[in-house]
Amino acid sequence: MQMSILNVKDLSFRYNKIEVLNNISFYVNSGDYIGLVGPNGSGKTTLIKIILGILKPNRGTVLLFGVNPLNFKDRHLIGYLPQRTHFNLYFPATVKEVISSGLFLKKKRVKNIDRFIDEIINEAMKLMDLVEIKNILISELSGGQLQRVLVARAIVNEPDLLILDEPTTALDPETRERFFQTLQELNKIKNTTIILVTHDIGSIGKYASKLLYIDKSIIFYGSFEDFCASKDMGSYFGEFAQHLICHRH
Amino acid sequence: MNITDFFYYRFIIRALIAGSFIALICSILGVLLVLRRLSLIGDGLAHVTFGSVALGLLIRHHPIYVSLPIIMASSLGILKLTEKTKLYGDAAIGIVSSLGIASGVLIASIAGGFNIDLFSYLFGNILAISNSEVLISISLSMIILFIISFFYNEYFSATFDEEFAMVSGVNTKRINSILVLMTGLTVVLAMRIVGIMLTSALLIFPAVTALQIAKGFKNALIISSIIAIFSVIVGTYISFIINLPTGATIVMVNFVIFIFIFLFKNVF
Repeated sequence: MQMSILNVKDLSFRYNKIEVLNNISFYVNSGDYIGLVGPNGSGKTTLIKIILGILKPNRGTVLLFGVNPLNFKDRHLIGYLPQRTHFNLYFPATVKEVISSGLFLKKKRVKNIDRFIDEIINEAMKLMDLVEIKNILISELSGGQLQRVLVARAIVNEPDLLILDEPTTALDPETRERFFQTLQELNKIKNTTIILVTHDIGSIGKYASKLLYIDKSIIFYGSFEDFCASKDMGSYFGEFAQHLICHRH
Repeated sequence: MNITDFFYYRFIIRALIAGSFIALICSILGVLLVLRRLSLIGDGLAHVTFGSVALGLLIRHHPIYVSLPIIMASSLGILKLTEKTKLYGDAAIGIVSSLGIASGVLIASIAGGFNIDLFSYLFGNILAISNSEVLISISLSMIILFIISFFYNEYFSATFDEEFAMVSGVNTKRINSILVLMTGLTVVLAMRIVGIMLTSALLIFPAVTALQIAKGFKNALIISSIIAIFSVIVGTYISFIINLPTGATIVMVNFVIFIFIFLFKNVF
């Protein structure tokens, strides 16, 4: 039987009296790969921040591994890639230092600690094709390279739940494809549960097991088979987009 | 005078030991503050120190002991103002800073007669440091170095990407409070080295110089520390042989290193 990793019930959130999320309910099981989609301003990032305990909801409950996120202590179970808006691009850190920070904050509880720390970091760097540039300053990287560094930081501790907020925006098509394949491997081989916020509906349709479409409230949540069978969805996505997703181009 | 004569005097040895320890912690805290865009916090707290030193002289207590609790409270005040009222950090520093200066001027005006004492705190006198002040400087520097080493990963993450740090379980509010408290403590200690007016230079110069050439975060901390200690030793030596104010000379040495590295990196 699959274990529920995340349970969201009747969740609402207002910011300065403006409704951002309304009556959101869904659950995520262990091993799920969820594509979280919706238009700009639909509340995707806010939902992620509430799930992670960064924001407090006005109404409703969230249980992350069975615990309220505001009191959640087992942070080593989560890998997170935030939207790239807050951090200092001129920060004097090397690629290896940034990736290591994803591990060292949780080193006491990281799994397989018997392996050498360097081996774990090298594995994440290999996965994201960063070994050659491990001693380069992040200020000298291209947008795509930097994004790969941040993904490597999110996965270095082999989390049970990986939450990625628009991770593919700065990636070229080839890197994006490889990135999605890596996520699929993590999902299939290591049973990592993934929630991926994206506008790249075509790619997410190809890889994710479920689609969560929100626009302040839930428009659709379910498998792609159900999504494709629904005639209503064409009116939200447009016939062409729905065709792209459902035929898994 | 040759270099061996310079090390002959006990007051010079005391100045170099205390100055090097204070410069070391200033340089490390400076890197964190500059990267968090809080570099002017040292300047703001130094202005508050002007008020607290005036108060100490008025009530006839050692200004350092009067300043410590006031500066600690002010540093937390700046942090809370920034967090709670959604003020920008520089505006919060400006409020606390002007309050400190105004208090100092008012107290000095009311009391009158201690202008000479106040002057020595404004511009510092590293050569007049006592044995007990050397011990205090070493002890508090060791405590601050231990705290920074203990929270190194937390400070790295929170300074680079605060949101990621929070999600990873770092109590960012707690480590921010510890950072500003350590800065407050350092400002009070540095006041005897370079004086109230120039304290922020010890926090900012080595850090911004190091950040120009650093090849990593740890590397930035090491370079900043080397520059800070070097500037204290060279500044004290130059001031001693050509009879200049030591605090100001230390700051000018820092400036020369900054310009040299800036030109080396950007022009040549």
